[in-house]
Amino acid sequence: MASLKSPPERERHDEPGPMVPEPFVVRSKRQDTSDTWTLELTSVADDAGLHFAPGQFTMIEAGGSGEVPISISGDPGEPDVLVHTVRSVGLATQAICKAQPGQVLGVRGPFGNSWPVELLEGRDVVVAAGGIGLAPLRPAILAMIANRERYGRLVLLYGARTASQMLYVDELERWREEGFEVHATVDSAGPEWLGHVGVVTRLIGRARLTASFAGLTCGPEIMMRLTALALADFGIDGEQLYVSTERNMQCGIGHCGHCQLGPWLLCRDGPVFDWQTLAHWLQLRDV
Amino acid sequence: MAELASCTLEREAFDSLFEALERRGYGVIGPRVRDGAIVYDRIAASSDLPVGLTDEQDGGHYRLVPREDAALFGYNVGPHSWKRFQLPAQRTLWRGKLDEDGNLSDIVEGPAEPERLAFLGARSCELHAMGILDRVLLGGSHPDPAERAAREGVFIVAVQCSQAGGTCFCASMGTGPTAQSGFDIALTEVIEDGRHYFVTAPGSDAGRELLAELPTSAAGAAEEGAASAAHARAAAQMGRELDITDIRELLYRNYDHPRWNEVAERCLTCGNCTMVCPTCFCTSVEDVTDLERTSVERVQRWDSCFTIDYSHIHGGAVRQSAHSRYRQWMTHKLATWIDQFGSSGCVGCGRCITWCPVGIDITEEARAIRASEEAVHAGAR
Ligand SMILES: Cc1cc2nc3c(=O)[nH]c(=O)nc-3n(C[C@H](O)[C@H](O)[C@H](O)COP(=O)(O)OP(=O)(O)OC[C@H]3O[C@@H](n4cnc5c(N)ncnc54)[C@H](O)[C@@H]3O)c2cc1C
Ligand code: SF4
Ligand code: SF4
Repeated sequence: MASLKSPPERERHDEPGPMVPEPFVVRSKRQDTSDTWTLELTSVADDAGLHFAPGQFTMIEAGGSGEVPISISGDPGEPDVLVHTVRSVGLATQAICKAQPGQVLGVRGPFGNSWPVELLEGRDVVVAAGGIGLAPLRPAILAMIANRERYGRLVLLYGARTASQMLYVDELERWREEGFEVHATVDSAGPEWLGHVGVVTRLIGRARLTASFAGLTCGPEIMMRLTALALADFGIDGEQLYVSTERNMQCGIGHCGHCQLGPWLLCRDGPVFDWQTLAHWLQLRDV
Repeated sequence: MAELASCTLEREAFDSLFEALERRGYGVIGPRVRDGAIVYDRIAASSDLPVGLTDEQDGGHYRLVPREDAALFGYNVGPHSWKRFQLPAQRTLWRGKLDEDGNLSDIVEGPAEPERLAFLGARSCELHAMGILDRVLLGGSHPDPAERAAREGVFIVAVQCSQAGGTCFCASMGTGPTAQSGFDIALTEVIEDGRHYFVTAPGSDAGRELLAELPTSAAGAAEEGAASAAHARAAAQMGRELDITDIRELLYRNYDHPRWNEVAERCLTCGNCTMVCPTCFCTSVEDVTDLERTSVERVQRWDSCFTIDYSHIHGGAVRQSAHSRYRQWMTHKLATWIDQFGSSGCVGCGRCITWCPVGIDITEEARAIRASEEAVHAGAR
């Protein structure tokens, strides 16, 4: 604006722009399922991870293959390492999943808002996750376990397509020991699976939920919609249910326009919203 | 804001403005003719301006025609806007090196435009558009320092419209035709009784200082009156209007309106409207690597919500149909923008109407939706 600019010397800027990535090195890598890997990374500059809140994401890339939004799946209490769980579905995620320990990737962030874990202190909380949707919820689960005494009942409902597609299998048992009621289900089961079979919303009936619960959910949009409907039957209404949403994102900072959903820029105003706020917009077609 | 002490500058002395800007080290960008249209590009003297030309505009129609006088600014806005200097159509965000193991290193930010620019000939709607784009790009929690530096160095010479263009509706949007602020200097061109001059007004200290170096004289009542008459003429000529009363609520109520299907039958989803719009800010990024994959460059380009890829997520685009894409664009301009950035995203410049190959008119689409609601209400009464 006119008032901003005398003297007319061009201002030097030394801070790098928000679109410039920081190099992070892959410290370790673990294969979770046939198409999903978990990477641990640290910044090349200071050998640390990122301070973040559960539910936030970064824009990450393996050089030259495109940058994509990926939720941080690590423990917010241990920001010394940046953890991402990535499902290989296309060019960018494939390149990230192929990265080997020692490889340097580009990272920007963390961006977005977070799961309201502090707001929910004192409450019963049900976490409903579908497939890769457990990755963005893991930091919230770990944050609640770290402060287990501040919550009432904690329930995790997790659904995957098959038993071999389940994430964090070893951890599910540990979370159970640490105070989560864990219910898992698969869409289709082989002989090795002894648990529930059926979509994740079918677990809701088994979990003895009451209106005192609040919910966190992440998974395919249809699953989140059905979860909202099923929870409503137990008196858990849309204002008490939080969802993490997914849209195309090219910047993560509200500048590229791609992640619009009606009045929101999901990267800037989300990705976490209460269901009540989004339900109208998600029910309209092709918005 | 500075008080508007107006002066006059004769046409013969107009190039002193270029000289003063040059002395201060500004590169001057202004209107000039290229390929049959008035675009914004480098200019060095008044002879580079579209002297004696005007632009005939209507839905899907644009043509330059000679005027009867030798006005320097006797036209309205063309296919370019100042957006291209706030948010370049293409820019390198950064470059880096890749080794054979895929390691990314030596990341350096893309070069920023090193030059200070002066925008000569910005119209009232365009000043509003710049402000809207500033709020989008610089008003959030992650402003881009390169974009901010580019913007803060700009010197703005506004030109007051003395006629309305064929597709203008800035009066409806409250963005014109007369600029009140947001400029360093404002000019009103007057050609009357064999005299050709400009009534000048400073809008900032920098503008006042620069004007003091020009061979101006104090404006008398007659000259100020001529300038006001020119402003009034533009307002009176405005042929289109868009009723913005409760426009957000109107569009929010009508996501399922059949009109979206009707407009989609005509819309080619070419994205012209988004390219010419002075506030449309969407971009996408692409990685360009050399053949050996030893280097990578991230390039940001203007994108359009009319492409299928725009809303691509794994599993398919969110907005497959033309109707959902036109609806996205128009409701963004007029409604969701208000929630996202605190103002309308449309300044009524008319570019999207002129440059739409099939002449789709945002004012007509909004009117049709409003009229059908009113008809329903009237019927219900
Ligand atoms: C906030 C957020 C958090 C996410 N967290 C995770 C996570 O923790 N783990 C995980 O595996 N995946 C996550 N995703 C999904 C992940 O971003 C997509 O799978 C990824 O973008 C696909 O890119 P691609 O190039 O591999 O696939 P392609 O289908 O080849 O995609 C091409 C381009 O389209 C865009 N795109 C495609 N799908 C998506 C999508 N779903 N979301 C956004 N942009 C997309 C990208 O710009 C991508 O470069 C998250 C998405 C969002 C929005
Ligand atoms: S929507 Fe059309 S009239 Fe409004 S600012 Fe954009 S181009 Fe101009
Ligand atoms: S409205 Fe017109 S300019 Fe815009 S995409 Fe459709 S056909 Fe192209």
